Amino acid sequence: MEAAESTQTLATGDGDLVRVSDLRVRFVTKETTVYAVNGVDFSLAPGEVLGILGESGSGKTVTLRALIRLLPEDRAQVSGRVLVGDNDMLRLPKGDLQSVRGRTIAMIFQEPMTALDPVYTVGYQIAETIVRHESCSWREAEARALDLFEQVQVPSPKQRLKSYPHELSGGLRQRAMIALALSCRPGVLLADEPTTALDATVQIQILLLLRELQKEMGVIFVTHDMGVAGEIADRLAIMYAGRLVETGPVTQVMREPLHPYTKGLLSSTVHGSMRGQRLQTIEGSPPNLEELPDACSFAPRCPHVREACREAVPEPVQAAPERMARCILVNPA
Amino acid sequence: MDYILRRILYAIPIALGVTVIVFSLVYMGPVDPLTAVTPDDAEPHVIEMIKKQYGFDKPIPVQYLIWLKRALMGDFGVSLQSNRPVIEEVIPALRKTMMLAMVATGLAFSVAFVLGVLAAYHNGTWMDRIFTGTAVIGVSVPNYWLSIVLVVIFAVELNWLPAVGMGPRGSGEWEWDLVHIRYLILPVIAVSAIPVGIITRTTRACVLEMLSQEFVPALHSKGITSVRVLVHVVRNAAPTVLAATGIQFGHLLGGSILVETVFVWPGTGYLLNESIFRRDFPVLQGTIAVLAIFFVLINLIVDIVQTWLDPRIKRG
Repeated sequence: MEAAESTQTLATGDGDLVRVSDLRVRFVTKETTVYAVNGVDFSLAPGEVLGILGESGSGKTVTLRALIRLLPEDRAQVSGRVLVGDNDMLRLPKGDLQSVRGRTIAMIFQEPMTALDPVYTVGYQIAETIVRHESCSWREAEARALDLFEQVQVPSPKQRLKSYPHELSGGLRQRAMIALALSCRPGVLLADEPTTALDATVQIQILLLLRELQKEMGVIFVTHDMGVAGEIADRLAIMYAGRLVETGPVTQVMREPLHPYTKGLLSSTVHGSMRGQRLQTIEGSPPNLEELPDACSFAPRCPHVREACREAVPEPVQAAPERMARCILVNPA
Repeated sequence: MDYILRRILYAIPIALGVTVIVFSLVYMGPVDPLTAVTPDDAEPHVIEMIKKQYGFDKPIPVQYLIWLKRALMGDFGVSLQSNRPVIEEVIPALRKTMMLAMVATGLAFSVAFVLGVLAAYHNGTWMDRIFTGTAVIGVSVPNYWLSIVLVVIFAVELNWLPAVGMGPRGSGEWEWDLVHIRYLILPVIAVSAIPVGIITRTTRACVLEMLSQEFVPALHSKGITSVRVLVHVVRNAAPTVLAATGIQFGHLLGGSILVETVFVWPGTGYLLNESIFRRDFPVLQGTIAVLAIFFVLINLIVDIVQTWLDPRIKRG
């Protein structure tokens, strides 16, 4: 099956698909305020896969949801600027937002079992999205759904389209979710830990599938798994306590990490040529995001901590043309 | 299909159990049924004859089997009061109660569903509080008291609607015209109060639960419009709300004794009330048995409709 027509061409002013500047998210309730995302900047080039890596609670999923404005409006205060193509996502009127979602930017969720509506067949849910965005009949949409199922390599696609989510295996459900997200050929795909809920063997299949389908589409892939990030991403952004502490091309970041947190993450993960060595953990635990210190958030756990680390939030340092780290120990290029 | 068949098979022992209870009700009451059918000054040999005639001389289990065999063929005996077959008393009464219950359930469902969905969508706001408060009042107010209040206000004081009966000629033939429908309004409101409350609360809870499910943001992420998302949410809440509605309908069939008595609505509730006071135990047994079987039947229908609404139940 021919891999559909080309994805939409879109670009921000300077050729990027996505440009995020000073994104901040606070969750405000009567009792407390949680500072989940605290000034995040990044961009995504066409055809690029950006991996956002961080522990649970680091703000990576919140960042992703903020991009497509899925955070609960009554509790989440979002500021900054998110450009997807020339759409100013945070300021778009509701109607325009609904046209952009699913068509220009789409999302894959962590748990396809709960992210798919349990009382409709997967085929219906795909066709529904296509009919929503494109002027075509239900019959044409169903034919497209069949094409999509073939693209995401679902065996006996015709019968499977008529299945309800609970009738599919975890891997097939995630393939259906991917088909759903790709149904209107979005320019940008957001993936929120799409392999975390799957068996290891199925994980690899889904990663390979995403890699294959990605081509000129830009992908932002959120994960806590160093191995998965290394497998799929072109560029890595390491997130800690709601800030990006390091960004750079994936091989460089994994070979010679700059930020002490990235180093800690790498030495606590199993990867090649480590047989016989003991895994090291990062001492301590992530900070409480209810009060944001005016200092490096990693300082309390950092083995190289200095006096200056506790006095101000470190500025991003450009260590090499494509590499950034928020650490005072890093020398600028 | 398999599930439906199994569900029907389950209903049979339940229905049988119900008949045992219905039958023994007469013996659990404070009055010996024999005294209900014999004059106070009856001669001993007359009593013996009556005993034989009603089968009271046989052991109770045998009496039950005889009664059950006849009941299965629609013969619940003869009314002690009117001397007519019980079934001829029960069926017309059931039709009248059924009409009241259907209109009331339809009204309750329509009102409650809207209130429940609105309350859930505006969770925590004044709208939610007003609707939830209304629901609590609906459940808490005794419906016979509400009936009396309605009669006092709308029939006695304002004189807008008739106070009792189901037509200008008392309990004559029903017709769907304005003259007759005026008689339906107050009883329907009175019996709807509790179902409105219960269905509102069920809908609100269920829609709230659905709104917290991950498929809702997932639908938004596809650009599905808010109205279509509401359809998805409602479709997911439907099986539970429907079950609650079905059970309320069942309750209305059997539970409107006091309301029917206040409004002199000649349904099964009214019939039950009458037969209790007249110790007309064949009518009592027959009415309760028919109502109980209907209740089991309604539950069965609700279960089957649920499998049709929720694809996950079938293979469960």
